[in-house]
Amino acid sequence: MIEEHTPRVLIAKPGLDGHDRGAKVVARALRDAGMEIIYTGLRQTPEMIVEAALQEDVDAIGLSILSGAHLPLTERVLALLRENDMADVPLFLGGIIPADDLPVLKDMGVAAVFGPGSSTDEIVRFVREALQRG
Amino acid sequence: MDDLLRQARDGRPRAIARLITLVENSETAAETAVTALYPHTGQAHVIGITGPPGAGKSTLVNELAKAFRRLDQTVGIIAVDPSSPFTGGALLGDRVRMRDLAGDRGIFIRSMASRGNLGGLAEATAAIIKILDAARFPIILVETVGAGQAEVDIATMAHTTLVIEAPGMGDDIQTFKAGILEIADVLVVNKADRPGADRTIKSLEMMLHLGAGPATGHHGRLPAEAATEPVVAHDLWAVPVLPTTAVNGEGISDLVGAIQRHRRYLQASSSWLAKEKARSRREVERLLQARLLRQLRVSVSLDLQEALITAVAAREMDPYTAVARLFAQISP
Repeated sequence: MIEEHTPRVLIAKPGLDGHDRGAKVVARALRDAGMEIIYTGLRQTPEMIVEAALQEDVDAIGLSILSGAHLPLTERVLALLRENDMADVPLFLGGIIPADDLPVLKDMGVAAVFGPGSSTDEIVRFVREALQRG
Repeated sequence: MDDLLRQARDGRPRAIARLITLVENSETAAETAVTALYPHTGQAHVIGITGPPGAGKSTLVNELAKAFRRLDQTVGIIAVDPSSPFTGGALLGDRVRMRDLAGDRGIFIRSMASRGNLGGLAEATAAIIKILDAARFPIILVETVGAGQAEVDIATMAHTTLVIEAPGMGDDIQTFKAGILEIADVLVVNKADRPGADRTIKSLEMMLHLGAGPATGHHGRLPAEAATEPVVAHDLWAVPVLPTTAVNGEGISDLVGAIQRHRRYLQASSSWLAKEKARSRREVERLLQARLLRQLRVSVSLDLQEALITAVAAREMDPYTAVARLFAQISP
């Protein structure tokens, strides 16, 4: 066993939309970058996501949201993370997020938002950098 | 570390999770944790779930966990998925099938990547079973990677091994092959609502009957142990073949009944102690092996290793001679 930390990242889809292609593409890209991805599947509540993040002791959380409910879902996830003493775990978003909401999400404490057209390289780079800071 | 160990023993999920990460990433942490926790282990019933990919292992684990919760027992779950041999990355997807278990404080699920370990489990799995045992989960379910024919490590770690098959995975000659079917304490034919399930059950039962008789050691004793452990007298456990349809919960209560019966059988026949001894022997051997390998890596220069490997590749030296040369460095 080598003494090194393999990054663990939770990729989850909160809310009710059924489009998981984006989440799968990101999960695959991070996997191919040598990370361990815990993939939860569709229709997760914020409670389920934070419980999984806690049990799996992940280093970062990525949420894919295309339902338009990104503001309340993200707010709830962040609140639960704080409650569980996990506010230091970086949270990033992907999906259809209107530009107007970006500053709101940043203020809430979201580390990054990747809209349509983001390259997977960009996402991998972001996660690596976020883990180095943490 | 002391704080974490104490909180983990109190069953605090965050502490358990952090401790598992430390143990997974560091041999030294594993040593410290297992040394401290070992006196508090030995209470849990460790149940292994193995079988080919897609047979329904995760879905069955989901149903089993719910059934044990109805019996008011807390459940720790370790689900292992393979790591990429190329990048070391892994996609751990077993939680997708375990969504029913969310929100229950009596359940702790941990996904693990195999990290290059063959045999169906990760190197740290044994240590993590001990963490969950010390955290007082009376039931620990260990799901292996999708297993082919020879991933049998689980049998040395679990008290009860379930081998999950599904209909239509091959003709009855497959059931006669040595390997994974031999380690089953309970054989489960999942997806029993599919065509061909009866035939699969029949051929598994026939395989078991043809092997019946006192001369045939079975379930969980691997050849290495079979030679050294005393054969348990009155080895009367008859491996049941049980149909389940995990997606709708059919057959689960019979399966839980069989698991509990197996536990009582182990305890009544002293096979429990024999299994513990076989497990301990295997674990000590494994740790010794890992330590020797580490010792080799620190006491032999990389240059020498490379030179020997190059010589073997060039057919200038045979691999046995190379190993003898390396071994001489650590046991002069």
